[in-house]
Amino acid sequence: MIAEIGHFALILALAVALVQAVVPLVGASRGNAAWMALSGPTSAAQVLLVGISFAALTHAYVTSDFSVMNVAQNSHTDKPMLYKVAGVWGNHEGSLLLWITILAVFGGAVTLFGRNLPPGLKSRALAVQAMITVGFLLFILLTSNPFARLEPPPLNGQGLNPLLQDPGLAFHPPLLYLGYVGFSMAFSFAIAALIEGRVDAAWARWVRPWTLAAWVFLTCGIALGSWWAYYELGWGGWWYWDPVENASFMPWLAGTALLHSAVVVEKRDALKSWTILLAITAFGLSLLGTFLVRSGVITSVHAFATDPARGVFILGLLVVAIGGSFLLYAVRAPALKTGGLFAPLSREGTLLLNNVLMATGAGTVLLGTLYPLFADALNLGKVSVGPPFFNAVFLPLMVPMVLAMAVGPLMSWKRSDLAGALSRLKIAAALAVAAAIATWVWQGGSLGPWWAAGGMALAVWLFLGVLTELAERIRLFRAPFGQSLSRLAKLPRSAWGMTITHAGLAVFIAGMTASSAWKQESVQSQKIGETITVAGYAFTLKDVQNVQGPNYLASRGTFEVSKDGKPFAVMQPQKRQYKSPPMPTTEAAIETTFLGDVYAVIGDSGGDGGYVTRLYFNPLVVWMWAGTGMMVLGGLVSLTDRRHRVGAPTRARLPAHSVRA
Amino acid sequence: MKRLALALMLAVAAPALAADPSEMLKDPVLEKKAEDLGKELRCLVCQNESIEDSNADLARDLRVIVRERFAKGESSDQVKQYVVDRYGDYVLLNPPFKGTTLVLWLGPFALLVVAVGAAFAFFRRRPSVNATPVVPLSTEEKRRLDALLKDGDRS
Amino acid sequence: MRRLLYLLPVAVFGILALFFLRGLTLNPREIPSVLINRPVPVMNLAPLPGRGDTGLTTADLKGRVSLVNIYGSWCIACVQEHPYLVKIKQTGIVPIHGIDWRDDPVEGAKWLKKHGDPYDRVGVDPAPGRTAIDFGVTGAPETFIVDKDSIIRYKHIGPVTPEAWEQTLLPIIKELNK
Repeated sequence: MIAEIGHFALILALAVALVQAVVPLVGASRGNAAWMALSGPTSAAQVLLVGISFAALTHAYVTSDFSVMNVAQNSHTDKPMLYKVAGVWGNHEGSLLLWITILAVFGGAVTLFGRNLPPGLKSRALAVQAMITVGFLLFILLTSNPFARLEPPPLNGQGLNPLLQDPGLAFHPPLLYLGYVGFSMAFSFAIAALIEGRVDAAWARWVRPWTLAAWVFLTCGIALGSWWAYYELGWGGWWYWDPVENASFMPWLAGTALLHSAVVVEKRDALKSWTILLAITAFGLSLLGTFLVRSGVITSVHAFATDPARGVFILGLLVVAIGGSFLLYAVRAPALKTGGLFAPLSREGTLLLNNVLMATGAGTVLLGTLYPLFADALNLGKVSVGPPFFNAVFLPLMVPMVLAMAVGPLMSWKRSDLAGALSRLKIAAALAVAAAIATWVWQGGSLGPWWAAGGMALAVWLFLGVLTELAERIRLFRAPFGQSLSRLAKLPRSAWGMTITHAGLAVFIAGMTASSAWKQESVQSQKIGETITVAGYAFTLKDVQNVQGPNYLASRGTFEVSKDGKPFAVMQPQKRQYKSPPMPTTEAAIETTFLGDVYAVIGDSGGDGGYVTRLYFNPLVVWMWAGTGMMVLGGLVSLTDRRHRVGAPTRARLPAHSVRA
Repeated sequence: MKRLALALMLAVAAPALAADPSEMLKDPVLEKKAEDLGKELRCLVCQNESIEDSNADLARDLRVIVRERFAKGESSDQVKQYVVDRYGDYVLLNPPFKGTTLVLWLGPFALLVVAVGAAFAFFRRRPSVNATPVVPLSTEEKRRLDALLKDGDRS
Repeated sequence: MRRLLYLLPVAVFGILALFFLRGLTLNPREIPSVLINRPVPVMNLAPLPGRGDTGLTTADLKGRVSLVNIYGSWCIACVQEHPYLVKIKQTGIVPIHGIDWRDDPVEGAKWLKKHGDPYDRVGVDPAPGRTAIDFGVTGAPETFIVDKDSIIRYKHIGPVTPEAWEQTLLPIIKELNK
């Protein structure tokens, strides 16, 4: 009964979304305030209806109602409660419902926080948002109903893939979807602006917080996924350039570009049509990711996993939403008035350079991801494009980007001189070179990879560049110290946001470089009592015991680890055998230190009385997580900036509803 | 992350712990060479995994055979050719630079050129603040200006 | 001219969409063999215990169009195609040779007793399956058509179904027998 209510709520939501997609739009073009105002209650109704539906599915999972097919296929009574709840979105249908729920929540948030938006822009943006909702509701109702019943219900479910039975599942997909769907806000605002025929500084200021929020969620989601892979898959890797990962990385790149170009729109009233294009592209790439992951065009393992009907449907959705938007763009964008001027060497100029490199980066990842499909479709044979390609092509693109990141914030708006900015970076440059030399000497010259010195130099360059910019802002050592401090206290939050985020990237680069360059590992068959030393850490295998988990059996190894003769930690990695579905997993034991992660994995017992153990030292891994944490924190700090929070710039000239291009 | 994401989407996964100690070569230099090559060879029955990362039987067999050939004294290129002769370019995670991959390898550079060119065009089209060139009047404009001036004289 | 530039995104997207549409009909998992029209790899496989033949060598494939079928007692999909292979054997159109891949020979022989034996000759290819890798095998079952001059002419991936046999394999064999 509850499942039917959930299903029915979705159908009602579809009806409401249809109204929301049409009436406010017509109202905005006719200047009918009542019709426009309908976008408020309809988006609230959406939140309610979709929320009911989501709650209904969650209820089915929590109560293990196996008469619902989705629950029977993906859950099990033995599963811990956390994974029963998280299991709601651990499958195709449920994750789609989560997507729609988040879409509705974002629409509701616009209604709630957007009171000071001009009614025309707000109602149009919400109408566009509702059109996306209609597409996804049709998709779920027609091809992927999560409430389909199973008759007769099985006694127990098939269970959830054990790899997914991890707290990571509870947070990674929702954050990722908050990011993807968050870009739909920038998209809806962009389409609304195209319909209005007007983009200005105020528009950019409204769009920026939404884009920033989406970017924060997406950054968080991607980082969490990487971290999850790092500790769950058991060999210390965290990024594989797999199509599924690229699908989340491309919107991130486009979204990062959008954040920077929106600044130029706000400050200089320039790059408007480009910014609109980026807003459409960022969401387009989010949708593309959905298509790639769910249609099987890129990676289909087995026929049962993919349903051609779903692929066709998402492709149709993609064509209508993104193709239609690009078409609208082609028609309307040329009419957008060009705004303010700036010189190539200026803050705006460096923001444009960011866009050039980010867009090229996103294009490169797209090309590499889709190339196997292109080659196959053109009968050029089957090609694989793997990590070596992406590392060789993408990473060099990011070098000029990081170099410019230290310079850009030191340039003044509108027109600047490069020599002046560079002269202020003398110390940063000198220390970066010193870092490169020190790294080279430390790793024993060509004993380590050649790029490690470059990576470390870039990290130092960027970090010091960020500090230099902060010192400049507060006139450190040039004004009395007390005055500098009071300037520091008065810095706007958005400035802090940039500083923290950019510094976070520097920390991330250091972590990434070190963990890729100097990882140490030792794989062997280890007997009880035997000691293996990796990177100065002596691992003694004390014993291996069988332990019983709620829905698995595990053999748990106990290592006593010491460093320089002093006890360091007791580590207990497990090898688990899950019951339903029957599958083995490895649970690594990780001890994090400032300089690196000590990482131990236990495997099967070998024939000779020993156990296969894999012991790693992964240098500076925690720097990567800390760096991404800083990036997220910077985004959040920036979000609390008064200008963003209030988001109340008023359009001086014309009432919104009368604006025509 | 890939395998997790896949597991999430397709409910298919096999946790991989590749390279058993028993498979490894005694000579650490050769073992390193074998590992480096193995990381560039695709496991044919998996997703985008290399044979070094995969737990599949076929990946294990290929690891063993790759090591055998290194132990026999073959070079990385020879071992790679051995595998390509049997499975085609598809096994190479690092696609070779040739006619069919021209667009793949040159595409990113073309994109960069286009993007940089577009940025230059942006500044050229819209004279920037420090250089607003004086556009000379066209003959038509001159004629109209003259006409206007004459009108002004007359009134 | 500038207006055309604004059409660029929709044009690029249009091309992408066409590729995606085409992609929905393609199977990215299907890897064509590079060994087509090349001689069968050199092999000298030991016989299956108690079967009475002398195993499978390259020379055994000379002179007649034949099928080489990769199987194993561990292979689930092989059970599915096996009865049909037995039927093909009964028609006498083409000799079928088996390669018992990555298998315990005793189990391989038992499995044939249980499910029927459609093979002329069977060779054992224990792990790490050197001969199978020489054939470019990615999984079991796979079936190769080898012509009179021991040249590989076709590779069928997955179980041999009646449709695959009637529509693809049999016509190729008939053509080669001409």
